[in-house]
Amino acid sequence: MTDTPLHLIRNFAIIAHIDHGKSTLADRLIQATGALSAREMKDQVLDNMEIERERGITIKAQTVRLSYRAKDGNTYVLNLMDTPGHVDFAYEVSRSLAACEGSLLVVDASQGVEAQTLANVYQAIEAGHEIVPVLNKIDLPAAEPERVKQQIEDVIGLSAEDAVMISAKTGLNIEGVLEAIVTRLPPPKGEAEAPLKALLVDSWYDSYLGVVVLVRVADGRLRKGQRIRMMSTGAVHTIEQVGVFTPKMAQVEDLGPGEVGYITAAIKTVADTKVGDTITDDRTPAAEPLPGFKPSVPVVWCGLYPVDADDFEKLRDSLAKLRLNDASFHYEPETSAALGFGFRCGFLGLLHLEIVQERLSREFGLELIATAPSVVYKITKTNGERMDLHNPADMPDMSVVKAIEEPWIKATILVPDEHLGAVLTLCNERRGQQVELTYVGNRAMAVYRLPLNEVVFDFYDRLKSVSRGYASFDYQMDGYAESDLVKISILVNGEPVDALAFMAHRSQAEKRGRAICEKLKELIPRQLFKIPIQAAIGGRIIARETISALAKDVTAKCYGGDITRKRKLLEKQKEGKKRMRQFGKVEIPQSAFIAALKMDA
Amino acid sequence: MTEEPLALYIHWPFCAAKCPYCDFNSHVRERVDGARFARALLAELEHEAARAGRRRLASIFFGGGTPSLMDPDDVAALIARARALFDAEPSLEVTLEANPTSVERGRLAALRAAGVNRVSLGVQALDDSALRFLGRRHGAADAVAALEAARALFPRISFDLIYARPGQTEAAWRAELRQALALVADHLSLYQLTIEEGTRFATLYARGAFALPDPDTAARLYDATAEEAARAGLFPYEVSNYAVPGAESRHNLAYWRYGDHLGIGPGAHQRVLRAEGMEALRRHRGPEEWLARVERDGHGTASAEWLTPEERGREALLMGLRLAEGVDPARIAARSGLPFEALLDSAVLARALEEGYLAWTGGRLATTPEGRVRLDALLPALLR
Repeated sequence: MTDTPLHLIRNFAIIAHIDHGKSTLADRLIQATGALSAREMKDQVLDNMEIERERGITIKAQTVRLSYRAKDGNTYVLNLMDTPGHVDFAYEVSRSLAACEGSLLVVDASQGVEAQTLANVYQAIEAGHEIVPVLNKIDLPAAEPERVKQQIEDVIGLSAEDAVMISAKTGLNIEGVLEAIVTRLPPPKGEAEAPLKALLVDSWYDSYLGVVVLVRVADGRLRKGQRIRMMSTGAVHTIEQVGVFTPKMAQVEDLGPGEVGYITAAIKTVADTKVGDTITDDRTPAAEPLPGFKPSVPVVWCGLYPVDADDFEKLRDSLAKLRLNDASFHYEPETSAALGFGFRCGFLGLLHLEIVQERLSREFGLELIATAPSVVYKITKTNGERMDLHNPADMPDMSVVKAIEEPWIKATILVPDEHLGAVLTLCNERRGQQVELTYVGNRAMAVYRLPLNEVVFDFYDRLKSVSRGYASFDYQMDGYAESDLVKISILVNGEPVDALAFMAHRSQAEKRGRAICEKLKELIPRQLFKIPIQAAIGGRIIARETISALAKDVTAKCYGGDITRKRKLLEKQKEGKKRMRQFGKVEIPQSAFIAALKMDA
Repeated sequence: MTEEPLALYIHWPFCAAKCPYCDFNSHVRERVDGARFARALLAELEHEAARAGRRRLASIFFGGGTPSLMDPDDVAALIARARALFDAEPSLEVTLEANPTSVERGRLAALRAAGVNRVSLGVQALDDSALRFLGRRHGAADAVAALEAARALFPRISFDLIYARPGQTEAAWRAELRQALALVADHLSLYQLTIEEGTRFATLYARGAFALPDPDTAARLYDATAEEAARAGLFPYEVSNYAVPGAESRHNLAYWRYGDHLGIGPGAHQRVLRAEGMEALRRHRGPEEWLARVERDGHGTASAEWLTPEERGREALLMGLRLAEGVDPARIAARSGLPFEALLDSAVLARALEEGYLAWTGGRLATTPEGRVRLDALLPALLR
C-alpha cells in the first residue's frame, strides 16, 4: 500500500472560488473511486467543522487518498489536497500547494473567473504546478463555456482548449477529471534512500490521538516508532501512528517519497507543530529543511471582552481550547477602563477573526464585545527604540514617536465595467495606489496597493454596495511603509474611552472622527444630562456631537398608595445602574456598545 | 411624637366598570353589600385611631374605585366618626372622587350634606370619541353638567383629564384644555396617558393597537399644559397637579410632603412616624378578603414593616421632589432620621444644579420645571 512507485502517484489541489463547486467535485471524486460507500457519503465530506460546512469555507487543509484504475490499466494513488479557501490563510494555502505537483482549476461556467480564483491560481503557478482547467456547472442554462474559456486564457494566460467540461452536481464527466489528473499532472519526485524530509502541511487536535499532523514526504520514509525532529524548533517526538485518509483514517506501515498522510506522536498542542516546518529523522537528519517556512504572524488584532464580566474565566478557558487546534491565533490578557478584563487577540485576517468570534459564541456560548479591529503598526521612537503596536490605546505620546509604519496589501478586484468608476473612487478614497487596470471582456481587473487599515474599516461592505454585489475581491500582504498616522481618541462626556480609540491617516482623521461621533450619537440613548461626544487627536478636538438630554421621563400619578412601589423600582434601577458599563457618568446600554464597536466588515 | 396633623384615606374598591387604563385597586361586582363594607371601614378606622392616639386631623379623602357609588349615609357616618376620633382642624378638607355620570350627579347634594366639602370629578376628556377610547361611561355633556352641579354645591372642585392620547395634537389638546379651564375649577389633575402593567391598554399597546406620543411630543404637550393653565391662573404645584394658589389638595400634599397618613380599606397604604420609627403598612387588596379579616381581627392589615432610615429618605425625596415647593432639608432629616446630605449623591446634585434641573430657593431644594419633567431619570442617579 505504501510502496507505490512515484510514477503511480499524483498529488493535486483544487482551486476554486467559493460556490464554484470545489467541495462537490471532491465529493464526486471520492464517490467515483469508491473511497466511501454511498451510505457514508454526506455532502462536503471534507469540511469537518460546522462553520466550515455552513459557510462553505475550509479552514484546515485536509487530504484524501483515492485509488483509481486508469484507462492505461494502471492503478494510481491520487492524493487530493483540500486547501483552506480564503486569503486569510494564504500561507497555509501555499504550504498545501507545496505538497502537490498540480492543480485542478475549477471555474463556474456561467460566473467565470473571480478575484479569489486568480490569487490562488497565481499561487499555484508560483508553486510550479501543472494546471488543468475544469469548467463546472456546464449543465446550467446560463453556462457560457466558450466565453469562460476565453477568459481563462485572457486573464490567467492558461490554455483552456482542453478544459474538462463537467457538472459536479450531476456527476457528468467525473471520469474525464480523473483521466486528466493521471495523464496531464506530473508525478512527484523524491529519493527513498535520502535522509527524511517531510513537509508539515497542517495539523489539528484530536481528543483521542492528540495532535494529528498532515505530512507530505519529499525524501526518505516515515515509520511507526521512528524518532523525528521538527527542524524549526528542534523538538523530538516518537511516531505512534502513520496513516492515510481514505478519507477515514487508516494506519499504514510507512510513508515513502511523494506520499501524503498523517502521523501522530503524542504531541500535546498544535502550537508545537508549525505549518511549513520540515520533519526529519532525529538520528540521520537532513542537512537543509525544505524551502519556504515562515512562522505565522497575526495581522489583525482586536480586543475580546465578555459581556458579562463573570464570564472572564470561561473566555480564558475557551480561548485556550481553541488555540489547541488553531495555533495561528494569538491572545494575551488585556484590561480596558471601559470594558474591564478581556483579551487582545491576533488573527491572520478578518475572516479568521470572524470565525474565531463565531466559534466562541457558538461552541462555548459566550457573549462577547469585540473592539474595532486594528492592524499591527511598527513604531520607531525618537530614542531609536522600535515597537509593534497592536492596540491603539497603547500608542505612545506623539512627541516620542519618530515614525509609524503601516502594513499594505495588494488587492485584486474584478468588477463589471459599469461599476468600475465607483470601485476606483472607493480605492482612491482609501489611499489606494493603482498598480494595474486591465479589461477582461466586460469586466475590469483592478490591482491596487491599499493600506490594510483602510480595508479593516468597512471596505468589504462599501465595495459590495458600490458594485451592487458584483465585485470580487482578494488580497495578499504587501509589506510595510511609513505613513502619516494619528491616534484618534473618542471622548464621551469628556472622558476618553480607551476601547474606542483607533488609528487613521491624518487625511482621513476628521472624516473618521465625525463618522464615529455621529454613530455613537445614534446609538447612545438620551439620558438625564446632555452628553458631548468628541473625537480628538491628542488635545485637539476634531469632531463633536451632542446627545441632547432626554425630553421627558416622569411618572404621571404618584400618591400615597404608590410610594412603596416607586421606592422599590428606584432601588432596582440603582442596582441596575451598577451593572451597566459606564463612560464616566454616562450609562451605555450593552447593546449600543456592541453596535458601536462592531466592525463594519 | 410629632404634632403634625394626620391625613386619612378611605378606599372604596368598587366600580361600575373597569377602565382600560386604570391599574388602581378597583373591582367590579354584580352586587355589593355596601352597608357591610361601610361597617368594616368604620371598624378599621376605630382600630387605627386607637393606635394613633388622639391627633389632629387635616384631611379625609375618599378614593377608589368609585366612592361616589357609596351610600351618602355611610359617607356621613365615616366622616362623623373620624371627626369624633380625632381633633378635626377647622379647615378640615374632605374630598370625594366622583364620576360625572348622571346617576352619580344625582347624589352630589346628599354627599355634600354628608360633610364632603371638595369633590374631584373623573372627567378625563371633553371629547366623546376620546371618552369612548378611555372606556368611560359618560359623555362630554355629562361632564359639563356634573361640573355645573358640583360648582353649585361644593366650595372646592377639582377634575381630572387624561392627555397625550394616541394621535392627539398639541392644538387639539390646547383647545380641549382651554374649554376645561373655562369650566372654572380651582384645581385640575392633568395626567399624561401612561400604559400601566396588567391593564387592558397594556395588552392593546403591546399588540400595537395604538401608539403613544414620543418623548419630544410628550414634553411639548406638557409645556403647553402649564402655559394654558397659567393663563387661567392655575399653577403646577406638583408634576400633574395644577391649582389656584391656596387651592392645592391638602390631602395629597400630605403624601408629597411625606406626612403621616392613615389608610383605611382594601389595598390602602399608610405611613405613620412612631416612637419606634416609620411604620409602613398596607391592607389586603381583595375586597372580600379584606372584609373577612376586618370582621375577624378588627383590621385588614396585610403587612406592616419598619422602614430603614435610607428607605425613609428615598421615599421622602421621591415624593417631595415632585412638588414645586421642593423639600426642606431639616424636615427630610427629621422624617428619615438621616442627615440630608447623606441621602444625595453630591456629584449628581452639583451637576443637576448646574444643569438647572434642581435649584435652592429659600433654604429648600426643589426641581425646576426642567428637572420635574425628568424626575424619573434624575432620582436613580441623585438618591444614594
